[in-house]
Amino acid sequence: MLDQANFLVPPIYYVALSGILFILGMVGVLLRRNAILIFMSVELMLNSANLAFVAFARSFLDVNGQVFVFFVMTVAAVEVAVGLALIVAIFRTRRSIDIDELHSMEG
Amino acid sequence: MQLPILESINLMAVLPVLIIAGWACVLLVFDLLIPRSRKHWTAWLALVGLLGAAVALFFQIGHFARLGSEAAFDGMVTVDGFSIFLQVVFVLTAIVGVLLALDYLPRHGIERGEYYVLLLFTTIGMMIMSMAADLIVVFVALELLSIPLYILSGFAGMRETSEEAALKYFLLGAFASSFLVYGIALTYGGTGTTRLTGIAQAVTSDALNLPLTTVGMGLLLVGLGFKVAAVPFHMWTPDVYQGAPTPVTAFMSVGAKAGGFAALIRVLVTAFPAIASEWGTLIAVIAGLTMLLGNIVAISQSNIKRMLAYSSIAHAGYILLAVAAAQRSENASFAIGAVVFYLLAYALTNLGAFTVAIAVERDDGTGTEIDDFAGLGKTRPWMALAMALFMLSLTGMPISGGLVGKVFVFQAALQAVPGDPLLLAVVIIGVLTSVVSAFYYLKVIMVMYMREGEGKAVLPLALKTVLAATAFGTLVLGIIPGPVFQMAQRAMLK
Amino acid sequence: MNSLFSLIPLVVFFPLLGMLINIFFGRMLMADENSKAPGVIASLMAGLSFVIAVLMFVALLGEPEGVEVPFMTWFSISAGSRTLSIPWTFKVDTLSSVMMLVVTGVGTLIHIYAIGYMHGDIDEQASKRGLSSDEAFDLKRRRFPRFFAYFNLFLASMLILVTGSNYLVMFVGWELVGLCSYLLIGFWFDDPIVGIYNSMAGRKAFVVNRIGDFGMVMALMLIFWTFGTLQFDDVFARAECMRTASQFECLAVDAAQMVETSPNFSLMFGFGLLQPISFGAITLSFQTVMIAITLLLLLGATGKSAQIPLFVWLPDAMAGPMPVSALIHAATMVTAGIYMITRSNVLYAMAPFSADTVAIIGAATALVAATIAVAQFDIKRVLAYSTISQLGFMIAAVGLGGYVAGIFHLATHAFFKALLFLSAGSVIHGIEHGHHATAHKGHGDHAFDPQDMRNMGGLRKHMPTTIVVYIVGALALAGIPPLAGFWSKDEILLDASKHDPLIYILLTIAAFFTAFYMGRQVWMVFFGQPRTEAAAHAHESPPVMTTPLIILAVLASIGGLMNLPFGRLHFLAEWLRESVAYAHVPAAGEGFSITVAVISTVLALAAIALSYIIYGTKPLQEGQADPLRVAGPLFTFLNRKWYWDEAYEAVFIRPFKCLANWLAFTIDWRFWHDFVHDSVIIQFFDGWAAILSRPVDMGIVDGAVNGIGRLVAGASSRLRRTQTGYVRNYALAVALGVVAIVAYLLIRFFAN
Repeated sequence: MLDQANFLVPPIYYVALSGILFILGMVGVLLRRNAILIFMSVELMLNSANLAFVAFARSFLDVNGQVFVFFVMTVAAVEVAVGLALIVAIFRTRRSIDIDELHSMEG
Repeated sequence: MQLPILESINLMAVLPVLIIAGWACVLLVFDLLIPRSRKHWTAWLALVGLLGAAVALFFQIGHFARLGSEAAFDGMVTVDGFSIFLQVVFVLTAIVGVLLALDYLPRHGIERGEYYVLLLFTTIGMMIMSMAADLIVVFVALELLSIPLYILSGFAGMRETSEEAALKYFLLGAFASSFLVYGIALTYGGTGTTRLTGIAQAVTSDALNLPLTTVGMGLLLVGLGFKVAAVPFHMWTPDVYQGAPTPVTAFMSVGAKAGGFAALIRVLVTAFPAIASEWGTLIAVIAGLTMLLGNIVAISQSNIKRMLAYSSIAHAGYILLAVAAAQRSENASFAIGAVVFYLLAYALTNLGAFTVAIAVERDDGTGTEIDDFAGLGKTRPWMALAMALFMLSLTGMPISGGLVGKVFVFQAALQAVPGDPLLLAVVIIGVLTSVVSAFYYLKVIMVMYMREGEGKAVLPLALKTVLAATAFGTLVLGIIPGPVFQMAQRAMLK
Repeated sequence: MNSLFSLIPLVVFFPLLGMLINIFFGRMLMADENSKAPGVIASLMAGLSFVIAVLMFVALLGEPEGVEVPFMTWFSISAGSRTLSIPWTFKVDTLSSVMMLVVTGVGTLIHIYAIGYMHGDIDEQASKRGLSSDEAFDLKRRRFPRFFAYFNLFLASMLILVTGSNYLVMFVGWELVGLCSYLLIGFWFDDPIVGIYNSMAGRKAFVVNRIGDFGMVMALMLIFWTFGTLQFDDVFARAECMRTASQFECLAVDAAQMVETSPNFSLMFGFGLLQPISFGAITLSFQTVMIAITLLLLLGATGKSAQIPLFVWLPDAMAGPMPVSALIHAATMVTAGIYMITRSNVLYAMAPFSADTVAIIGAATALVAATIAVAQFDIKRVLAYSTISQLGFMIAAVGLGGYVAGIFHLATHAFFKALLFLSAGSVIHGIEHGHHATAHKGHGDHAFDPQDMRNMGGLRKHMPTTIVVYIVGALALAGIPPLAGFWSKDEILLDASKHDPLIYILLTIAAFFTAFYMGRQVWMVFFGQPRTEAAAHAHESPPVMTTPLIILAVLASIGGLMNLPFGRLHFLAEWLRESVAYAHVPAAGEGFSITVAVISTVLALAAIALSYIIYGTKPLQEGQADPLRVAGPLFTFLNRKWYWDEAYEAVFIRPFKCLANWLAFTIDWRFWHDFVHDSVIIQFFDGWAAILSRPVDMGIVDGAVNGIGRLVAGASSRLRRTQTGYVRNYALAVALGVVAIVAYLLIRFFAN
């Protein structure tokens, strides 16, 4: 199924890279305190998925995976719009986007 | 002249979605023309759109009862009894969502036309979730469901809790959906397709890439588990439910959860029957944890919205139990019937309970403590009676839909026990935690009737209507569950 | 299927609608003090229901075999191979149509009558409580619609009972009518003088019926266990199959289906006729099971239809307002037992022992209650015991297999007993008015009992309509030809004379007493001189009350036409043959015996003559003792109704109370609390506490419950601390969940 001859670089390399990027993004979400940086880490995770999609699509010679990437990009753009608006709104009232300061509700 | 392309698109099958989508776009523009002090016009217009969709659904019910299922958009979506049944739930929930906001928004000084438009958009997301036959559609629908909800959670912008809720929900939601996307990517890598039926064929025939597919399925579970608030992906729930404006919470606690379950069932049952014992066990464990945590932590809550949030986590556990029971294919139709019935009963009961919470809440956002319910038994006897009914239904006491739902869920699980003995343990947990849940549900009744208090509540006509309708529905489901359950079972995936 | 049949659900839903209207809008409808709107709506709904019943009758003329009209599935539970599916299906056949016609027809008339009666009754209450006119209006606004809401609910429930197509739906109706009975007996639970007795009477009815219902529930369970279904038609078909097991064809046809629904049937082929039925540890023969089922059903019937041994609630139930006594406790609800046994005739045909028991109980009740009625002074109580006695006639008839006679008597009895109760109501109404007229002149007397026949007398002058209809009813009840009661009672007696001489003799004696006590009542109430001021000032009731009386009187006179025992005039028998498989339908010429008819008529006339000699020739004077007192202790024995209540008190209630007392004080308090708890446990703990130097102040149970409670509460407060409010912790939980899921899946995958 995986046609090695069509690839200069074997697709498994791309998948491994996307996995590494995904985990990097996940760790970023867990460690960062700045809302924007967390958000960028999420974007990294989404894009690692895009990479995996493209790699798989190429190996299957199937266009569906590549189409999916466009959907993911569109959704990511929407999330940026909404997310940045929220972050700006929060910055206006609190003068900070450190998410560790956001814990008025707990328990 | 009929174009072939139109036939494969099959617009009639998704007519209710189209009605709401078109109406939402029109309304978005129209809202600009409505003066600020007249924003309730937008609400009424939104109701008109929803009623239009309800009428379309009504005609589809008969159509699909005869024909079974129909594909649309070249097989990307499947409209069948299951999706029609859930679409009815979604449209009803959205109607309630509008009615609840009608008075709440101006009272709290946050009335804007966007509320109703966003509500319509997220309803579309839910409806598409229930008919998704392709992982791409699952993803897009999930985002269409989620993103308006992020905004709606922060709709009470000047309240810090609302802002905080929105940001928490947004960050965690985006985080969870990135798992979903990666899961889809892995599944695609393992099977070469994103079509659910195609995946089912590939998983059975091709064992080579099975680890990839299995892990992909696991990550899909994460993304959808987040939406339905299953442990350990539940932690956003209490904060968001508490911080969001109460009508949004009511809408979200029912609609978003039902949407998540719709996609969960469709994906698991349609695409992964070959690895059913894997996901069955996982879901059973998650169900047990969810019931335990939701019910136990709810006990020590003093805020009604937070208590209901934990309660909604707990109920997600019961529904997951029935989902786990769907792993046995001969049992699947009963289990899915149980899920759908439970969702309907839960929707009615929970919307009713939140309606009461809205009536008690004061203009400044306080009045959400359980202690604020003191004295309602005297000052608002009918409302207190309805609230008592909702609490009893959530506990699972007789003559309420909640009891019947639980009976069906446990029965479905017990029927699947021969395939997975673990389910027996989870059923026992379920029964025991139902007993535990009586502590905090009955506390509300006790406070209403036995504690002295002002018992202040504002109950305009819209809320009264919702209250009467939900209480009536809860009772009907409890006393004559037969017809609805038959419909729910017939609502099976085709 | 005739499309008229599809209207049948309306027969239940019209009264239900009426109830809802009266519950939610009743107060609004009461525009002023004399508003009759709630009653008119209730009567209208009852009337519409009657129209539907007539339409059903018309439709059945074309298709007498009857139909089942599906309405909805109530619920359906499957466990393994068995399915308990309970549809709410309306069974329209000749039997249920007779019941529907009687219930809705008589029901409508009593609804109309109640409009007038309840206005007066509520006014009476208001004056009893000394309310101001505003307060009185308020009382009326609350109680008038409430009465009609209950009344319509009763009608709907009774119709659910008679139209249900399975035992469970019938049982729902059975319980609902019991509820309505309870609510209406205690309608004046807040009466300042007798309120407590009214509510006690309601409670007694409820509790006694509960004993009967225990039998019903057990019977239902046995039926489901044995036949795997509760649908009437299926139960009877399968019962027939099991009885005549030699008909292998019948079994083979249904075998696959039966094995699936009831595992017992898999055994059937091997054992033939006396096929054993297994109940886990024990196994019984089919015969035994059938006897158990039918006897348990009979227990249910003795409760609802007030038969020995459970009849004691019905006399007390007369505490309810008069229309309630007429509709619920004479004409309809109490006949539910007869209907149920008739419906189950297939089962009784297979258990002759049970059928004989039914007949004996019916005949004994008929006689006992008739003798008690002779010695009562309360006008309603006489009628109550008369009702019990007449129900005994019907039960005896169905026990003998005379289902046609039983149902025939049920219908005619509904006419003349409703007539008697309502006209007695008219009498009481009149006396109460008379009492008011005199009380205002300073003769006020709170102990005055408007129902005591000793306070009446000479009413024929004041109540010209009432006396006529009353005498019609009394003659019908006494069995004087050609009134309705003669024909139906004669049919029962004829059946009895053919099948069981003992029953025939018991019933004939009961019939003699019946004529006697009715004669006594008529002479005491209407003839002679007024014995009180109130009786002297009594007056006739308004037309809204007398019109239904006249209609009922006509029905009581000509009701016999529905089943004259001559050739083709035997309509009811032909009609019921379609739905009652084991109905005796006598061949031409055997439906009437001149001997039986002459004996019963002569006896009835003799009894009336005797009552005339005792009460008619020398009318009772004010303060004079009843002439029957010459019988001394026998009269007291009858007056105290054979000491049944006292016997129950001595045999059941007092021992039960003693046992409860003994358990509470001796066992629970002295033994458990004082000895086990205080001495043994506490000392044991004190000992340990001394050793552990920890104070023990709670018992084991308390400690355990609190311990679990604390455990949960502790877990709760600890777990809630994991909810820190920090987004990163939440994300960490998600990430850990992901790791756990992926790890589990990979381990599971590679472990295979």
